[in-house]
Amino acid sequence: MSQQTGVPWRRRQRTFGRHSGLLDWFSSRSTVGVLMCLPVILIIGILVVYPFVFSIYLSMLNKPETEFVGLGNYVFLWGRETFWMVVRQSLIFTFFAVLFKVLIGLAVAHIIHHLPDRGQRLWRGLALIPWVIPPALGTLGWWWLFEPRYSAFNWLLQGMGFEAIAWLSDVFWARFAVVTVNVWYGAPFFMIMYLAALKTIPAELYDAAKVDGASPWQQFIYVTLPMMRNIIAITILFSTIVTFANFDIVRVLTQGGPRNSTHLFATYAFRVGIETGDVPLGAAVSLFMFPILAVLAYFILRNVRDRSERV
Amino acid sequence: MHTSWTRRRLVRATSLAAVGTLAAPYVKRAHSAGTVTLGLWDHWVPGANDRMVELANEWGAENNVDVQIDFITSVGNQNLLTAAAEARARAGHDILSHPTFQIAVHQNALEPVDDVCEALMAEYGDFADNAVYLARLDGTWRAVPTCAGSQSYPMCSRLDYFRDIAGVDLQDMFPAGPRDPEKSKDWTRANFLEHARKLHAAGHPFGDPIGQTSDSQDWLGPLFLSFGSMMADENGNITADSDETREALAYMEELVQYMPDDIYAWDDAANNRWLISGEGSTIHNPPSPWTVAKRDAPEVAANVWHHDAPAGPRGHYRGNLPYFWGLWEFSPNKSAAKDLLLHLARREQQAALVEASQGFDMPMLKSFDDFTTYVDAAPPSGTLYNYPVQGNEILTVAGWPAPPSIAANIYFQALIPNMVARVTVDNESHDDAIAWAIDELEGFMRG
Repeated sequence: MSQQTGVPWRRRQRTFGRHSGLLDWFSSRSTVGVLMCLPVILIIGILVVYPFVFSIYLSMLNKPETEFVGLGNYVFLWGRETFWMVVRQSLIFTFFAVLFKVLIGLAVAHIIHHLPDRGQRLWRGLALIPWVIPPALGTLGWWWLFEPRYSAFNWLLQGMGFEAIAWLSDVFWARFAVVTVNVWYGAPFFMIMYLAALKTIPAELYDAAKVDGASPWQQFIYVTLPMMRNIIAITILFSTIVTFANFDIVRVLTQGGPRNSTHLFATYAFRVGIETGDVPLGAAVSLFMFPILAVLAYFILRNVRDRSERV
Repeated sequence: MHTSWTRRRLVRATSLAAVGTLAAPYVKRAHSAGTVTLGLWDHWVPGANDRMVELANEWGAENNVDVQIDFITSVGNQNLLTAAAEARARAGHDILSHPTFQIAVHQNALEPVDDVCEALMAEYGDFADNAVYLARLDGTWRAVPTCAGSQSYPMCSRLDYFRDIAGVDLQDMFPAGPRDPEKSKDWTRANFLEHARKLHAAGHPFGDPIGQTSDSQDWLGPLFLSFGSMMADENGNITADSDETREALAYMEELVQYMPDDIYAWDDAANNRWLISGEGSTIHNPPSPWTVAKRDAPEVAANVWHHDAPAGPRGHYRGNLPYFWGLWEFSPNKSAAKDLLLHLARREQQAALVEASQGFDMPMLKSFDDFTTYVDAAPPSGTLYNYPVQGNEILTVAGWPAPPSIAANIYFQALIPNMVARVTVDNESHDDAIAWAIDELEGFMRG
């Protein structure tokens, strides 16, 4: 047959071999995997990577966006007192908000986990309500509670014989208010994650601990916590990133006041970038924490992976 | 049959065709002159948007232009975000509404509209100084000032409280008609302190926010100017460290004693509620609380009078936030868009828009201060007569006279209210508060 086609045997073999290789390549699992993921990779590229790279580029332009200034905007921010106040506040806000979200999420998850099965679903649903309300709307509700003149909290306090509190005009109480609303909004996410993790802990471990005479506290410290360490680390990581980037709570509740004392990166970036028209500086403000968060994410995720591999 | 085309025959046929084409009547069709798109501020007064659509469509029908309008809310700064996106993408509407400082922000992307503004000035006289300051940049008009969304910040006061408690007849000083300047010569910052003290003692204090909000800037900016205190001059030189600033701060130390304690957390609606509740005696605001009070608290509305802010030792100023219509430099239909801008900015159309806004909008052409909407507003009869400036007040914005790009920082980063709060809440010395302000101003100066 080969003589009939008139094509030399070696050349035909090369052609056939190439087709076969291409077919093999197309039919390999990894190639199919990549091809299947291609739409998602494309979407991420357009919606995440491009804006991110563009914002880095923007942060390196001068105010009228006509000149490349390298790290000039970051150096400028480094020397501004108000910016460092924003950094300090963002750290304080994130630390306390994440801490209380973890503690409250853990406590509520335990309480719901130990409820009888019949009532659990209802309480689970109720506890999730803050998380499903749009944050701007929920914060508006809180604003009415903290409202300087007709505050519902102050009405209660004064009804009980206490002094009214200047919730949103005093620096301490304003910071307390924004952290409280963030915890109210975010704690249900922690709760549901921890509840799911609690369900996966084998009952035998608790039985064995009880046989060994462990108290409930010791069971929590030596069984529950080690089994939940990964999920706690991941929720803290995700929540830290999201909390750092919070915008709507501060925007609705205090607009960064009193005296700039509740501004976070996002609200300050919006003020500088959009309201006053200095988009490059606004981009620099919002990107300032990126390296720190990236390093934090790297170490936490590496820690989680190492522990998973050990298990 | 074979017919051959000679040169003579070809010339005759083409000539006939050309004559026929030229002689054929031009059939004008709807929208034959193209489309003009507008992104306008979404008015919060019901019916104001509809009137705008009617006026624009009237022009569209006359000129065979398809006019398409999108109303963009300022809630959540959606209008600022839209403008930023369109300027960057160099695509979007032909005409876009821009609030106060946004002309300076988008200066390089806006088409000069000197022809439109000069035609309006030739017909109706000058624009308010504040509109010139914000939209005529480097000698070129970059946008057309409009009434739609523009507002001023007169005082909205209770006639009864001022008459019965402070012994001041506001209607006599600022009547709904020609005024006698002699009668209002004692309406000064110094005397206002005494009125504020009496009103506070009677349980009806003067109340306005001192915070990060827009209203805070709109009464404190003019107040500082009335003492001669400017944060930076027209060349961008920092001038905050002055005896005038210290004088204004000292005045504020005294005034806040007669104001509610919680003003540092008030938002833009808090002073409105303060007046409507019947507790407050006076605030600085456009007529929105009066409009709401007409519906919710008619007895309050019937006693609210809009009038001049007190004169300071070095000037008489009133807060003003103008709106502008800007034509993008990348607009594909500039000629038609300019014609539409001219149409909408004329007296008849501006009067119709003011009427539809129930007197909330304020025209930026000085000669438009006699619209019947302001004269007829009631109760009390003529309460809005002084909403457009009728006396010697100069409309201004916090940050004036610094170049608008610097003034925008002074305004939005709440430099003046924060300086006041540092002195009156944190008990910082005047020198420390001014030193802080200067440090902030140095940051605002970056090019």
